Amino acid sequence: MRGGFAAVAAAAGVLLFGCANQGAAPQAASGEPPARSSAPPRYQPPADPYPSTYRPYPGVPTAITGATIFDGEGGRIENGTVVMVDGRIQAVGGADTPIPEGATRIDGRGRWVTPGVIDVHSHLGDYPSPGVDAHSDGNEATNPVRSEVWAEHSVWPQDPGFSRALANGGITTLQILPGSANLFGGRGVTVRNVPGRTVQSMRFPGAPRGLKIACGENPKRVYGNRNTMPQTRMGNIAVFRATWQRAVEYRDRRARDANTPRDFQLETLAEVLDGRMLVHNHCYRADEMALMLDMGREYGFRIASFHHAVEAYKIADLLQQANSCAAMWSDWWGFKMEAYDAINENIPLVHNAGACAIVHSDDANGIQRLNQEAAKALADGRRMGIQISDEVAWRWLAINPANALGIADQTGSLRAGKRADVVLWNGNPLSVYTRPQQVWIDGAMMYDMNNPRLRPVSDFELGQPGEGDVK
Amino acid sequence: MKRLSLLLAGIAAIAATPAAAQTVAITGGRVVIGDGSEPIDGGTVVIRDGRVLAAGANVAVPAGAQVVDARGKWVTPGVVAGFSRIGLVEVDAVDATNDVQAANSPFNAAIDVAPAVNPEATAVQVSRAAGVTRAVVSPGTARSIFGGQGAVIDLAGDMQPITRARLFQYVELGEEGAGDAGGSRASAHVLLRNALREARELSRPAGRPDDVLLTRADATALVEVLAGRQLLLVHVERASDILQVLALRGEFPTLRLVLVGATEGWRVAREIAAARVPVIANALNDLPASFEQLSATQSNVGRMRAAGINVAIGMINDDEARQVRLSTQYAGNLVALTRIPGATGLSWSQAFEAISSAPAEALGLGGEIGSLRPGRRGDVVIWDGDPLELSTGVDAVWIDGVRQSLENRQTRLRDRYRRPQEGALPHSYSPR
Repeated sequence: MRGGFAAVAAAAGVLLFGCANQGAAPQAASGEPPARSSAPPRYQPPADPYPSTYRPYPGVPTAITGATIFDGEGGRIENGTVVMVDGRIQAVGGADTPIPEGATRIDGRGRWVTPGVIDVHSHLGDYPSPGVDAHSDGNEATNPVRSEVWAEHSVWPQDPGFSRALANGGITTLQILPGSANLFGGRGVTVRNVPGRTVQSMRFPGAPRGLKIACGENPKRVYGNRNTMPQTRMGNIAVFRATWQRAVEYRDRRARDANTPRDFQLETLAEVLDGRMLVHNHCYRADEMALMLDMGREYGFRIASFHHAVEAYKIADLLQQANSCAAMWSDWWGFKMEAYDAINENIPLVHNAGACAIVHSDDANGIQRLNQEAAKALADGRRMGIQISDEVAWRWLAINPANALGIADQTGSLRAGKRADVVLWNGNPLSVYTRPQQVWIDGAMMYDMNNPRLRPVSDFELGQPGEGDVK
Repeated sequence: MKRLSLLLAGIAAIAATPAAAQTVAITGGRVVIGDGSEPIDGGTVVIRDGRVLAAGANVAVPAGAQVVDARGKWVTPGVVAGFSRIGLVEVDAVDATNDVQAANSPFNAAIDVAPAVNPEATAVQVSRAAGVTRAVVSPGTARSIFGGQGAVIDLAGDMQPITRARLFQYVELGEEGAGDAGGSRASAHVLLRNALREARELSRPAGRPDDVLLTRADATALVEVLAGRQLLLVHVERASDILQVLALRGEFPTLRLVLVGATEGWRVAREIAAARVPVIANALNDLPASFEQLSATQSNVGRMRAAGINVAIGMINDDEARQVRLSTQYAGNLVALTRIPGATGLSWSQAFEAISSAPAEALGLGGEIGSLRPGRRGDVVIWDGDPLELSTGVDAVWIDGVRQSLENRQTRLRDRYRRPQEGALPHSYSPR
């Protein structure tokens, strides 16, 4: 899966430009000269509408020395050095790692350094705080097929939750998804956890968009209660298949005839079929995940990650074979029937089967403690005899989610050349007593527990009681 | 047939009543009394007749006691869940298994949760396996500001879960109370005052007036509250709402108040401390999740404690039916705050106190549960490390001096799927 980002981005470039050119093709094919009449120019959709305007904030060359490093890919370095220059990781190594002249040196002795934590499943911004009805922007629950909606068009950049995730959780990248009321919830968006005036200024440049789909109780409950399809799990699958079939036919029609009217709902799905968009599937039960894997085979797409996946441990072998990640909580259980068989050892059991395990939050509080969720799961795994080292477990928060999001060549580990998304923790980050001390995003220090001026305060919090408080 | 009998034997092993309480001496461990005092290394805890006989250093092991070696371990009182709905719910979203609230009941304050508590709820077993031995169990409100009367329960594997029934009345006076009361906080306050007046009027020689709002059962239930014989747990979050609750005692001086929630308590901590009202608070609220929690901060508990308030950790609207096992993690996080400039946390011993004796004291049961002081119930946990640390597991649990099973359907599922692939037979045939 490494290098997935580049492959997807390259494919996206080719195909998106291909689309744009297709728009002009019929004119050329007709043999007529370019129109000089007063007819309006033909509409050419931009290749990347609502484009990222994210720019890294300036940093200074920085070297953290003497720290214990978890590199995010399973490596560990004692008394290690991390060097950040021009927003990128320049070097990671032992005490003998060269440090550029003039670099700011930070004493990391007794502290830990990790890549920034990545959450593949967040609703910050589309279900922001305060959780009032007017802010409820995560579910376009008006039709079970809503693949035409984009989560980024709901994201409120002033959600105070972003700053909590940064300061308490060391979160540097997150995917914001639509909710799970619909079978096809819409497109997700991957963002840098840097405050901005617009969602475009947070969008991770070049990161592939994801498609959120959902199986199980939620879609059948929402629509079944309205006496519309789907009302059952078999109804879920039937609507899924009918929709994928329409998408296949739409894609073929567009390939044959560029004048085919644009259908935003099917366009999203066609991008999945073309391998340009990653599928993230809300799915709890083992048997349903197995059905969804077959659906992917039926229509030729891979499910990048199953989210929640509380029964992933029952089919960890199937996930491994399908190269699908499972993004999980450590110990949520029992809030509904499909979460009834959750066990504390889910994450280590999935890992132990050779499948890709991810710790996710789906929660504005949980995102502040993903490191602690990993620690609990790790300990429960060890108690049942699954020996995983601390540094390998950190993959669940770093390279594995980066792979699932198609951004592993950009972030997700401390590798020279990658974005300098770095957390310095004031102790072992798998301890309950540890918090981020400093967080860098693209080499810019965006949080420092010792500097109240590096504690972001959203517009919403200004003038409110508690403004600027340590949270 | 052989398989069937094996299976039945297994069921019997689970269902069998645990061995009767005997004298147990747990020796050599790091002993935490749970009252805020520092841990004692190499201490001994003796349980006899279901109660703590002694705990600490230089405690003699009684002759004939079963000795449990706890060297290298931690020994503490069982965790007390300061606010929960454990035992009232099996699966939240399955209405038939959810007894938290009664939206269509003609009664409110009269409701008593005790008959609804299911000692065999999965959450009881799962929480026990994580070292939780007692829980404050509160009903929720629906169409009244009164939820009814709550209990303190034990989490033992027997069919007698109730430690104290009808220990408190639960009332909502914040945003939720405003909704329950028809749409405003002002209405909620009128409803509360009117209800207490109706309770008072029950004892008039002339009998009840004609224009009453409460059923006789509901008014009767509030007589105990009015007389100060039953605690009144009031859920509010906003600073100004907290002050309004404290002001109730101006009109009803005998009320024994406990604040529940109090996310903005730190901003009126002096007033709460002066009123000597205990608080059961969420540990880690730090988001303006609602307009009554704008100044939420994880430092809330620490700041209230520093102001001299007895603060316990509870789980208010936070997976309170199933996840009270997170109490230790939450308490540990408050210790983490002591290393963040500008934040206020708790010392380790204060943090453990907040999940043991503090909730017990808040509920008036400090003499019964929540610590290892002599005479308390024999609720004891042996941990394989620091109980607040994420890597720590539970080795053994006693409740009322009875050793408890730590098995539950989660551990059974874990063992079944240790290897996901089927063997010679499907998983359903896997032996115990």
